[in-house]
Amino acid sequence: MHALSFDIAHLLAGSLVLVSFMLLYQDRLYALLNIYALHALVLALAVASQAYVQDAPHLYITATIALVFKAIVIPVALHRMIVRLGIHREIETVVGIGPTMLLGIGLVALSMVVILRVTTEADPLAREDLAFALSVVLLGLLMMVTRRNVVSQVVGFMSLENGLVLAATGAKGMPFVVEISVAFSILIAFIVIGIFLFRIRERFDTVDVHALDRFRGERL
Amino acid sequence: VSFNAVTAVLAIPAVAAALLALLPGYRLSARLNVLATLLTFLAALSLFFERPPTGPYILIDDLNNVFIVLTTFVGFTTSVFSASYIEHELETGRLTPAFLRFYHAMYQVLMFAMNLALVTNNIGVMWVGIELATLTTVLMVGIYRTHEALEAAWKYFILGSVGIALALFGTILIYMAAEPAIGTGPNAMVWTDLVAHAASFDPALLNLAFVFLLLGYGTKVGLVPLHAWLPDAHAEGPTPISAVLSGLLLNVALYALLRFKILLAANPNALAPGPLMIGMGLVSLLFASFMLYRRQDIKRMFAYSSIEHMGIVTFAFGMGGPLANFAGLLHMSLHSLTKSAIFFAVGDISQVKGTQKIADIGGLTSTNPVLGWGLVLGVVAIAGLPPLGIFTSEFLVVSSTFAREPLLALPLVLALLVSIGALFLRLNSIAFGEPRGPNHKARGSYVPMFAHLGLVLTAGIYLPAPLVAWFQNVARLLG
Repeated sequence: MHALSFDIAHLLAGSLVLVSFMLLYQDRLYALLNIYALHALVLALAVASQAYVQDAPHLYITATIALVFKAIVIPVALHRMIVRLGIHREIETVVGIGPTMLLGIGLVALSMVVILRVTTEADPLAREDLAFALSVVLLGLLMMVTRRNVVSQVVGFMSLENGLVLAATGAKGMPFVVEISVAFSILIAFIVIGIFLFRIRERFDTVDVHALDRFRGERL
Repeated sequence: VSFNAVTAVLAIPAVAAALLALLPGYRLSARLNVLATLLTFLAALSLFFERPPTGPYILIDDLNNVFIVLTTFVGFTTSVFSASYIEHELETGRLTPAFLRFYHAMYQVLMFAMNLALVTNNIGVMWVGIELATLTTVLMVGIYRTHEALEAAWKYFILGSVGIALALFGTILIYMAAEPAIGTGPNAMVWTDLVAHAASFDPALLNLAFVFLLLGYGTKVGLVPLHAWLPDAHAEGPTPISAVLSGLLLNVALYALLRFKILLAANPNALAPGPLMIGMGLVSLLFASFMLYRRQDIKRMFAYSSIEHMGIVTFAFGMGGPLANFAGLLHMSLHSLTKSAIFFAVGDISQVKGTQKIADIGGLTSTNPVLGWGLVLGVVAIAGLPPLGIFTSEFLVVSSTFAREPLLALPLVLALLVSIGALFLRLNSIAFGEPRGPNHKARGSYVPMFAHLGLVLTAGIYLPAPLVAWFQNVARLLG
């Protein structure tokens, strides 16, 4: 029984890394949002399985937040916002998809090497979860720096944050996990409301961050 | 829960924030804002005489006592400046009364968040405090809702969020390192327990955690190459917020780093955090001092100067040892006072001249003598010339470096000289020569600026013995 639950937790954490890769090669915003919803769904399952393995019922709250808020509410809200604000639906990248994927593979290898070497003493489930979580965090960072659209940067940040939640739930008995996931949900809600309220499209004519550069004070 | 000074330091800003959010009328709220920060400052002062016992959530020791008093003092003087300054923003139509109400409430939330991060003994709560402080400043930077302000707020938001995320990952790693020794549960996040057991933690995990914490909180300190948000955020937000950002929030993030530095030092097998901090501090210092030459916006220039000085402070704490730590602590305190005084002056100047462009400002000492000479005094202080206090602290940093690592002292001295050159080049055209630009009436109060500069001057001439003893004690604590 223990081996089975270990395998399931392992499978789910690994899938989260895979879905992070899927986020990297999307070139349409709607598709990106759908994949992000999948990312959040896998996270919810991974957290729920950790809650079961660790016998920590409070983690089910975090799983529910991931399921309801991140997998449903946020993608739907962003979807409607793209329609309302008339945002470009193509994703503009700084680096091509191919090199980005290669960089991503390099980052995953890096996090495996670093974490697995560092945590030889720790509980095997925790250390592998941590290695996967760091991969998801680094892939999220990669996505943020290789994208020019505000919405896809936000999706990159949200996937990064999913990696953090995975790391926090993997650390056995860590306090404040639920509080932290709530705090992050508030942060994300802020970001999304921020895009909408500040009407970044109206102000900047585009949600392509590259175009914001001309407003930089010192290039006038 | 018995009532004590720590409760007051946290409760006063929290209650004031709620009140200010409800109260219409900016004159009343500006006064209430001043009153609340004054009361918080007095409560913080009382910590010198009586401290609450250390618990799982609250810790007051010699180190954070200095930070709390400095934060609440600059918070108070900035609110005095803000009360006289912000009315003008309403008249020129840059802000509406509703936004002003929001501004005052957010000011108190920011004070609460910084105090929370400083007084807590729990590294998770500390993270929450710094996250909250970042969020409130993001909202305030974007408050003018111009293109530039929104872009600055967005950049700050994204970079700040990445910093927050990395710091949280580091915090989780610290917990994982502590869990085998301390046991599962909240105690493995209590800083005093962590330090007590640090020797038995897995050193490799601690090292990794520190790298993430350095990158995460280092973003908030404004260390190069994570500084990109800082100049924009300083330049585009309201000037009182620039003063609080430079004078206080950077310090709070540095305080978090210092706590983790002490933690690492308690484990003999973990890597020495010093060289990493020395490296980042020196790079920030060199980069910022050369970047000072190309600035065309007066607030942006002083923002780069803040990066430079945080570089010096990080460098000094990285060097470690009683003398360098003493110098770092002194430098940090004096930089807070001086830089916020300069921002008070710059706020008035931009209202007088109606612009922040250096090219459009000139001859201030002849048109507005008090303001112009105030700025000259501030720049002389920040450049590190005698007899002002920053000369003392920079001299201590340089001389202790010469004594221990002469090679590191060369880039340090070079950067200091380069920044002096840049600052005086710009000061010359701003303060002297032909008057340029319009000349509206200055509205901001000069009292906070001269109060700060007076303290800095006093510190340069005479440091009271109890203060020296206190700082020496903290320097020993920092190792």
